[in-house]
Formats: sequence, C-alpha cells, structure tokens
Amino acid sequence: MCLAIPVKLTSIKGNKGWVEIGTTTREVDLTLLPEAKVGDYVLIHAGFAISKVEEKEAKQLLELLSTISY
Amino acid sequence: MKKDVISLAHGSGGKLTHQLIKNILLPCFNNPLLSPLTDSAVFEINKTRLAFTTDSYVIKPLFFPGGDIGKLSVSGTINDLAVMGAKPIFISCSFIIEEGLPLSTFKKIVRSIEETARYAGVSIITGDTKVVEKGSADGMFINTTGIGIVPSEINLGFERIEVGDLIIVNGTIGDHSVAVLSRREELGFGESINSDCAPLYNLVEKLKPYWGDIKFMRDPTRGGVVGVLNEIVERKSFGIKLCEKDIPLREETKAICELLGIDPLYLANEGKILFFVDPKKVEGILRILHEHPLGKKASIVGEVIPEPAGKVYLETSIGTKRVLDMLIEDELPRIC
Amino acid sequence: MRYVSEFRDQKLAKRITRRIEQLAREVGREVRLMEVCGTHAMAILRFGIKQLIPSNIKLISGPGCPVCVTPDQYIDMACEYARRGFLIVTFGDMMRVPGTGGSLGEEKSRGRKVKVVYSSVDALRLARSFSEEKVVFLGIGFETTAPTVAASICMAKEEGVKNFMVLCGHKLIPPAMKALVENPRVRIDGFLCPGHVSTIIGTKSYEFLARDYHIPCVVAGFEPLDILQGINLLLSQICQNEAKVENEYTRVVTPEGNLKAKDIMRRVFNVSDSQWRGLGVIEDSGLTIAEDYSFYNAQFRFPVETALSHRNSGCRCGEVLQGLIEPEECSLFGTSCNPSRPFGPCMVSAEGACNIHYRFGARDKKNEKGCN
Repeated sequence: MCLAIPVKLTSIKGNKGWVEIGTTTREVDLTLLPEAKVGDYVLIHAGFAISKVEEKEAKQLLELLSTISY
Repeated sequence: MKKDVISLAHGSGGKLTHQLIKNILLPCFNNPLLSPLTDSAVFEINKTRLAFTTDSYVIKPLFFPGGDIGKLSVSGTINDLAVMGAKPIFISCSFIIEEGLPLSTFKKIVRSIEETARYAGVSIITGDTKVVEKGSADGMFINTTGIGIVPSEINLGFERIEVGDLIIVNGTIGDHSVAVLSRREELGFGESINSDCAPLYNLVEKLKPYWGDIKFMRDPTRGGVVGVLNEIVERKSFGIKLCEKDIPLREETKAICELLGIDPLYLANEGKILFFVDPKKVEGILRILHEHPLGKKASIVGEVIPEPAGKVYLETSIGTKRVLDMLIEDELPRIC
Repeated sequence: MRYVSEFRDQKLAKRITRRIEQLAREVGREVRLMEVCGTHAMAILRFGIKQLIPSNIKLISGPGCPVCVTPDQYIDMACEYARRGFLIVTFGDMMRVPGTGGSLGEEKSRGRKVKVVYSSVDALRLARSFSEEKVVFLGIGFETTAPTVAASICMAKEEGVKNFMVLCGHKLIPPAMKALVENPRVRIDGFLCPGHVSTIIGTKSYEFLARDYHIPCVVAGFEPLDILQGINLLLSQICQNEAKVENEYTRVVTPEGNLKAKDIMRRVFNVSDSQWRGLGVIEDSGLTIAEDYSFYNAQFRFPVETALSHRNSGCRCGEVLQGLIEPEECSLFGTSCNPSRPFGPCMVSAEGACNIHYRFGARDKKNEKGCN
C-alpha cells in the first residue's frame, strides 16, 4: 500500500505529531522524519510521516507545467 | 469463496444482493407491488395511498460517532418512506438481542429510538423482543417496519424520469461509512467525522412547493450513490452522468478515502436523498434545501442522459470519463 | 485538498496531453511504459489517463502490488500462526488473499484471532494492551512500508514489549525492476518509478537501470498531472534516445531519499534473496529481520512448517505481474476470476492489476476510450 497523503503538522510532542485533516486530527509517528516542524506539510503513510512536502518545488512544477509548449 | 452458500457479499447491496433478489426473491414472491423494488411499496386502500417498508439493522459497532443502531433503525425506515413522498406515521420495532448485552446499553438504544421517533413525529405502535444465545447476534439486531401516507400532490416514478433531468444530493456523501469505519478500525483519528444519520421527511415536506417537479427520489444507503443509481438505470432507455467536481465531500472524508484507497461514491449514507428534478426548477429547489439544516451543502451532482443507456458514468475532475459499475462486494460490510 | 487539487487541474492536463501527442507522433512506434506501483495502476485507471494518451503509448502494470507478489507460503505461515492461537495483526489487503489452505479472512470466520490495522504502531499498541496475546504482525509492503515496520520493531525493543513479533515479508522494488529488464520476454521502453517508494530510497536507486540497461526512468507522483508529466518526460527521453533518471516528484522525493528511514532499515533488516509470486526467486530482493532483533522475528521465535505449494493451473497472475499480458487477456478474467470469487492474487488485492481493471470498468473495452 503506497497510499500517502499530504497533511499539515499542527503539533509535536517527542516523536509523535498531530496532523490536521479537515476539522479532524490524527496522531502520526515522526520517528522517520525527526526534522519535521509545526506548520510543515508532510506525507503520511501507514501512520508515519515519511517526507516533507516542499512548497517551492510544488509551485515550480505547476509553473513549469503551465509553460509546456506543443 | 464457495458458490452455493450465502456470503457477506450478498448483504452488501451490490451485485450479489441484486442477484439474490432477482433470481430467488422476486420469482418466489411474485407480485406487482414488489417488482418495482422501490424503497417502499406504495398501494391504495380506500382512495388513500399508503407506503409500507421494512428494514433490518445489523450495524457494527452499535454506537458510532453521530448515532447508534437505535437512531439508525428509525431514520432509515423513515427515509425509505420519505423518498416515496410518504409522510411517516407509524413504526414497528423488533429487537433480537444477544444474551449478555448490558441493560444500560439496551436502555441507551431504546432512548435513542424514542428521541429520533419523537423528533420525526412518528409513533412506535408495535414491536417484539427476542433474545438469542451469546454469539448469535453480535450485541443486537433491530428490524423496523414503517407505514406512511402519500399525499396526492406527490407523483414519483421511474416513468417520470426524462433525459435532461438533474440529480441533486442534499449534502456531503460517504460520511456515515467513514464515521463507522473510524470507530471500527484502528484509524487513530482524534475527533471523528459524525455519521449523517438523520430522518429526512421534514426536508421532503419543506419541498412541497416543488413536489410536482420532483420526479423521483432514492436514498443512497448500502451500495452508495453508484449502487443506487445503477439500480435506477438498469434496463432503462437513459443513463446517468455524474460530475466528479460537483460531488460534495467533507475534507476528512476525502482524505480518509484517499488514504485507504476507497471511493466515496460507493459508501453508504444515512441522511441523504438523491432527487431527480425538472431542470427548470432546480434553482428554487436548491434554495429551499440550502435553508434547511440537513440541506446546506445540497448540490447538483449529475444529469440524466440518453447515452450510454443503462449505465452510470463519471466525468472525472480532469475531464476523462469512466463507467461506474456496481461493486460485487462492499468496501465495508455491516455498515447499516 | 492542498497539494492534491492543484495537481488535478484540467487545463494543465490538456497542455501536457498535447505535448504527449506531439512526442508520440515523433516516436511513431509502440512505446511500452511500465509502472511498478499498485497506487500508480489505480490512479491511471481512476483518472482515465489512458483516454488522454495516443494509442501507441502503452501503460503496463508490473509487479507493484506487494500483496500480489507475496508467495502462498507466507499466507500459509500466517494462517498456521492463526490456527495456533496467535493474534494475527495485518494491513487490510492481506485478509482475502488465498494461500494453499484458504485466506486469513476464512481463518477469522472460523474463530481465529485476526485483526486489521492501518499502521504497525497499532499492532504494537495491541501487543501492549493485551500482554497475554502473542501478536504476529504481517510485515508486507515495499520500501515505503518497511521502514515503518522497522521503526515499530525498534520501539518494541526500546520499551521491552515481549509479545510483539513480525512475520517479515517485505520486498525491494529495484531488484525486481532489474529482473524484469533482464527477462528477454519482457519489453519495457521506460519505467514510471514509484513516487512514495522513492521518498525512502531516493532517485539514485534507479541509476543502474539507465546506465547499465539504457532504460529511461522518471520518478512520478500519483496525481493526474504527475503521471502525465512522467509520461511526457519519458517520451522526451525516448525521442532523444536518452536514458537517465529524472525526478518529477521533487516536492517529496530527493536523490538520496530519507536517510533516517534507510538507516533504521539497515539496522533492523538484512537483505536476502526472496521468492516473488509469478517471478520466481529474485536475488537480494527481500528483507529478513537482523540477528539483533531476532526476538521480534516470529519465524525465529516460533518457527512454523508449511507444505510447499503448487500454484493452480490456469492462473496467469505471473504473466500479468511481469506485464506480459493485460488482465483482460487472461481467459479467467471477469468470468471464473472476479473480485468476489478470485482465482489469483492479482484479483484479490485492491492494488492488483486485475482487480483494478475489473473495478474501473475495463471489462467493456469500448468504454476505455470514453462513453460518447
């Protein structure tokens, strides 16, 4: 199952964090992403944060796509 | 899976349930009031049109965010009457209780039934109570049967549906299933989504000025929006197109569905109605719905189209199309 | 949804599609692009991606479904543990996969203890709460999931949880990709590399494919724009006769991947040869639990014997998993093999190619290209 979604990290306590999904929160484990900070968007999979979502990269990709010529 | 026994899939409201009904129940019970397979049977006695329906509730767990089996058993049956345009008046209530169920649990559920019935303006006038050995009923099963009166201004039927009719849903979909799932599985959510479980006759009543413009109604419980719409288009000369962009969904439902790889269009709802309406009157209908607490997120989700007949298809958010077929097996068993 | 809806923009999709059409014309011949991730397979069918690309560009599914490639023997072992009274805790998709003697779902209906969870952390929680139970967690999944299970094993060791064990069945994707390109029957012109596996292993893990086998690789995300852009980049490479590893999914994937995750995996797991259903034994393609953590290794603490299995004839899952045939080309597809009566694992798992093709309406070939 490689299903993972990008969610916002709203609080951290030790190696656990809470992410916001609409008006609900879910606990996630931050063992694999110790550098995560409150306010970051992270990818969560099977209860763990596995990567940070880089806003700059997302913006750059969208910009690139909007300039594709054909 | 063995071929010649009933499996869980037969109870899912999908293809196998349908086959069971078509191949065994319909031929055996064989009568014109049953064969339309509408949510309630509608018939006339002494010039009064009555609607009659029954439903059994085997939901697990008994208590879930936003409701419990009691509230569900009353709402579900009221809604089956409401979608036929019938004002619900009386309900019966039969319990099959598992030995060992705490009395406090039973009382809580009974109070919930009473509250829901009072809110909806119906009385419970008859019932039954049975107890079975531990292991035979998973806490409790409830059956409710309801009877209602269909006003003369209401004229609903498959034959009224026309190409061009628009399909409205009164709010966000998939919430009931997600609420139950979040309680059932270890999803670890903090405050969960509430089930949308609610009796809807009051909503239908408020639409009285437009009763003539509503051609058909259905509540998308087991099998979800897709299951129910497929039942409607089967062997008809029209099809249905749904627009992914317009399907109202809560953020949480969207996220949980993405995370678990399930499609909200197949999930059960317990507080929703799909209205097939005259396109010229859709603005007025939406206005009334938006003013009602149970209709705030009402949206047009699709339309009746000529081709492909007999099928439901989805126009995805990126403009591609795919057919939405009935599932063989439910994503979530024992959902209502 | 943030970082999701923007990547489903219809106008941008059209742009990329036009470019793909141009490149497809330039290439001329049939191009076979393989994805090796069930989530990619699902996304492609769910968003109708095949309707947007020209007919000479073929998107084929590889062995990207961890449940589908898990051999019968593993399921049989899990069922045996269940029969011996262990509490089996698993990800949902394992429940219906049949071994030689039935599935875990069937064991559960016979009264054995089987529970579905979303995370290995939940399995650990169950072990803590029910200290009298012997908990066996089924460690299935590729490199996205393996580090999460490794982390749970570490936690169990740190906390001294004595009744938590893992039946390790994790597998690694790059060795399977290598086996595929070395198979003369398999024709692949480019790989759409799995986005989430890549967050862990990094884009560098695919360099050998470009360098030694001249296969273009693009690491792509799972939204429609990601997949379309992935196809775009692959076609560009093919047109220019290039072979390199490109990263489309830069918002979450880096060249090195997740170093902490890789470190935890190195500590807890050893790499070994592994049996893949349909593909046979692939060198260095599986994980086993390292000696330091053998206390958490179910097979080490409570070894079980299972009979060698023999796959039923007629089942062509092996060929589907290598992209040699489409699900629809199997004569059992949709008839004696469907989601309610699956013959093989590709139909059982929600990420199996056959199950996905069945669910997303590919039964009726006409509908694949739209319904007007």
